[in-house]
Amino acid sequence: MALRSVVSRKTLAPALRHYRSLTTFTLPDLPYDYGALEPAISGEIMRLHHQKHHQTYVTNYNKALEQLDAAVSKGDAKGVVQLQSALKFNGGGHVNHSIFWQNLKPVSEGGGEPPHGALGWAIDKDFGSLEALVKKINSEGAALQGSGWVWLALDKEQKILKVETTPNQDPLVTKGVSLVPLLGVDVWEHAYYLQYKNVRPDYLTNIWKVINWKYASEVYEKESA
Amino acid sequence: MALLRSIAISSNKTITLAPSARALTTTTLPPLPYSYDALEPVISGEIMMLHHQKHHQTYVTNYNSALELLHTAMDKGDVSAVVGLQSAVKFNGGGHINHSIFWKNLRPVNAGGGEPPHKKLGWQIDTDFGSFNALISKMNAEGAALQGSGWVWLAFDKELKRLKVETTANQDPLVTKGATLVPLLGIDVWEHAYYLQYKNVKLEYLKNIWKVINWEYAGEVYEKEAQ
Repeated sequence: MALRSVVSRKTLAPALRHYRSLTTFTLPDLPYDYGALEPAISGEIMRLHHQKHHQTYVTNYNKALEQLDAAVSKGDAKGVVQLQSALKFNGGGHVNHSIFWQNLKPVSEGGGEPPHGALGWAIDKDFGSLEALVKKINSEGAALQGSGWVWLALDKEQKILKVETTPNQDPLVTKGVSLVPLLGVDVWEHAYYLQYKNVRPDYLTNIWKVINWKYASEVYEKESA
Repeated sequence: MALLRSIAISSNKTITLAPSARALTTTTLPPLPYSYDALEPVISGEIMMLHHQKHHQTYVTNYNSALELLHTAMDKGDVSAVVGLQSAVKFNGGGHINHSIFWKNLRPVNAGGGEPPHKKLGWQIDTDFGSFNALISKMNAEGAALQGSGWVWLAFDKELKRLKVETTANQDPLVTKGATLVPLLGIDVWEHAYYLQYKNVKLEYLKNIWKVINWEYAGEVYEKEAQ
């Protein structure tokens, strides 16, 4: 790909400028119908969450990427730095929601079935039991102040599972570079309000009925190999 | 109740007052100055009911719990616990403060809601923002751009004697942005403030809320603080 040697404070002469292509993003399809997670999560919520919220993160991330590309090309350091907030928020929103859609699965397709195999044992080892893990995630999710996510993470370095939270759209990696997301639960109000109103704990209690432990296990086995 | 506390300068000395000498004042949910549906069609009665009876009440309840735990920790001289409680105190106390201001910032149309500010506040707005419309645009833009949960404020800076638009995250009160800032108007941009009615379209909520903003209250606070 592009090779760039940068001499401090000097910009490359036109002959040395390399042309980079910009990869933009599109909204990933939902692997199931909007109504397929009912009654745990309503079809109305799923549709708005995917078509409006996630789409907006994608749109705004692409916009920020284009502006970043322009700023980088011009050597506009101030512009580059100023764009970081929009990149983090919208890029994070895209990353997080892309994981989230895979973390959910209709009951008819195995949603809610507890983890088996390696991940099941790791949960027992690190939390005592699946129930203890669920309780911890629910408690941390309920206590999160404002908007954010609660995660089941694998720490690749320490080879241990952890429960983490991140504010707003910060991806899990902001809590530690060795953390891999196995499951993320969106606790922004838009994720539940139309159905559960202010009662976030009820949303958290119910979402386990549609959690896709198979996906979490696949990621776990791949990352802990 | 007046508390007299003299603290010795020597860092290793602690002074213990008898628990009965310290008072704890808890807080209660202030009543709404209008009925839940009085702000329709700008803000639905369902939202106002949940917002007041559930969200604000929860901040009050949890603030009182945190205060009681704080009171006990202070009795015992448990520094770790006192520090550990500050997050709950800030979040729930801030939630109570912010929403208490918010209910006063809103007014039914038939009681004057939406009528633009006149007199001193009106002139100050023109001075500091160019025009009333420019202020609205700015507040809407900042509110729309706020990442996550928070508030957008019209603030009066008592020291610089000028108006400012500020935002705060989560339930941080305005004063966390500057000790000299006085809140004239606060707009809640947490999703619970608008989602049932406006869904993801926060900007529509912001554009519409001006129809029920209580500029009279903002004017009173401004004139009192600007003396």
